Amino acid sequence: MHSTVIVGAGPAGMAAAVVLARAGEHPIIVDEAEQPGGQVWRKPAAPLQPALARILGRAAAAEHEQAHAEFASIAASVDHRPRHLAWNLQGGELFVIEHRRIRPLRYGALLLATGATDRLLPVPGWTLPGVFSLGGAQTLLKDQGALIGRRVVFAGASPLLYLAALQYKAMGATVVAVLDTTALPEKLRATPALAAAAPRVLARGLSYMARLRAGGVAIFHGVTALGIEGQDYAERVRFRCSRGAEHDLAVDAVALGFGLRAETQLLDLAGVPLAFDVDFRQWLPIVDGDGRAAPGLYAAGDGCTIGGAAAAAISGRLAAYAILADRGVAVPATEVAMLRARLARLRAFQRALSRAFAWPAHWLADARDDTVLCRCENVTVGVVRAAVAAPLGPREVNRAKALTRCGMGRCQARFCGLATAELMAHALAAPVATMGRHRSQAPVKPIPLDATLVDEDTP
Amino acid sequence: MMPAKPRLVRVLDRTAASATITIDGDVVQAFAGESVLVAVLAHTTRLRTHEVDGAPRAGFCLMGACQDCWVWLADGHRIRACTTRVVDGMAVLTGPPAGPADA
Repeated sequence: MHSTVIVGAGPAGMAAAVVLARAGEHPIIVDEAEQPGGQVWRKPAAPLQPALARILGRAAAAEHEQAHAEFASIAASVDHRPRHLAWNLQGGELFVIEHRRIRPLRYGALLLATGATDRLLPVPGWTLPGVFSLGGAQTLLKDQGALIGRRVVFAGASPLLYLAALQYKAMGATVVAVLDTTALPEKLRATPALAAAAPRVLARGLSYMARLRAGGVAIFHGVTALGIEGQDYAERVRFRCSRGAEHDLAVDAVALGFGLRAETQLLDLAGVPLAFDVDFRQWLPIVDGDGRAAPGLYAAGDGCTIGGAAAAAISGRLAAYAILADRGVAVPATEVAMLRARLARLRAFQRALSRAFAWPAHWLADARDDTVLCRCENVTVGVVRAAVAAPLGPREVNRAKALTRCGMGRCQARFCGLATAELMAHALAAPVATMGRHRSQAPVKPIPLDATLVDEDTP
Repeated sequence: MMPAKPRLVRVLDRTAASATITIDGDVVQAFAGESVLVAVLAHTTRLRTHEVDGAPRAGFCLMGACQDCWVWLADGHRIRACTTRVVDGMAVLTGPPAGPADA
């Protein structure tokens, strides 16, 4: 029996491991990636590390380096297992696979710090080569030292559009435009709440926009009718600007993102209830303020609630203190109180951001029938609409999946699930929360059929 | 037909760790430790064709979640290109290898 197992070596998992190790524990931390850091603090491969400040900017690079230095300082007390996918959680055992070997892990406490991906909204042409997720465009740069293209449009609803555009510009890409689907007035309305919660983060975000403008990058707010065209890859981006004019830009790549979507599959498999969050418009696990989800089960970071890297790291520390406190270990009350207060401020900031950069779910109301909704199974908007409109048509996303294959593919509805619920809600004139959510199934990501089960202690 | 010009660009020098791989039989210079996705998309414009409509695909999320970048190795194993590292001598296929019945 291992005392604590952490899933995910991003900001939350790394921070939790540091607290546990300093308290004398030896946690196991399993992570799919080669390097720790998750997506946001992804540690570049060795030959790329000298360029980190160039890619990230000096302030972010300093935060990045500090997190990695702290994690490295506890290396002797942590069993870090990179390239390990946690794919099932059942009967008190976590099932992990590494290179076709499956190992069950028993645990005293399990902390799920599984992070998030981009949230996506289907637009015409988004399956074309050259179109990538916004977070992926950044990960590619940090992890691989590569750009998704030379002439890039950053499109969607997210403050990260501006950061990613700056990073790409710094590394030599031509940023053709930033196409923000949220209107400027919405963002201005959210500014007081953002300034109250985290003025420095707000100032940093505004400086990104200012630097892009100073660098001659076109920024459009309130973009609609977004579509990507091309024969075999993305060649043009068409959209309507807030003044109603149609635009057509030549590109060779597009980064697309509409905020974040929590990776909740393992929590779902563990039976933790999820509730629909009206600001983030997605299903998030019900946990207490320190991340307690069930006896022995804890959650932290963006996989628990959308908060960003700084909030993730704090929530990881709080979850680690909760694990220790639940074992009867004394925890530093003043520090815990301070962490809770900072987390509350950062999460309030993120909630205000979710309103400033609301994903345009209403686009699904008049999305073109021929737009691909489910990338895996190539199911279009029209197919799901027709199913819903049929007599005794589906009134819930899992039924729609059974009838149309939408959400049945290898990604398990990670990239179409939320949009499918919004589409159905519009078609049925019903609240989106009543459309339900796709049930998680093991394996939560594909694993090979020729994998073999080995004992927990087999090296 | 000339292959279309690849769009993905390496911007940092990793020549210290060069590796030779094949992509659908073409000998390609790549770098040990980089992702198979980068190696393929720095060489050509697509990773695979979609099972349903045959349209080209080149991955999407770049972080192991969307499963849109699965390719094949010559030994028949499937790999997720965005999270699998290049190893010298790797033989990558953008379509399924011919099985005994197809040979």
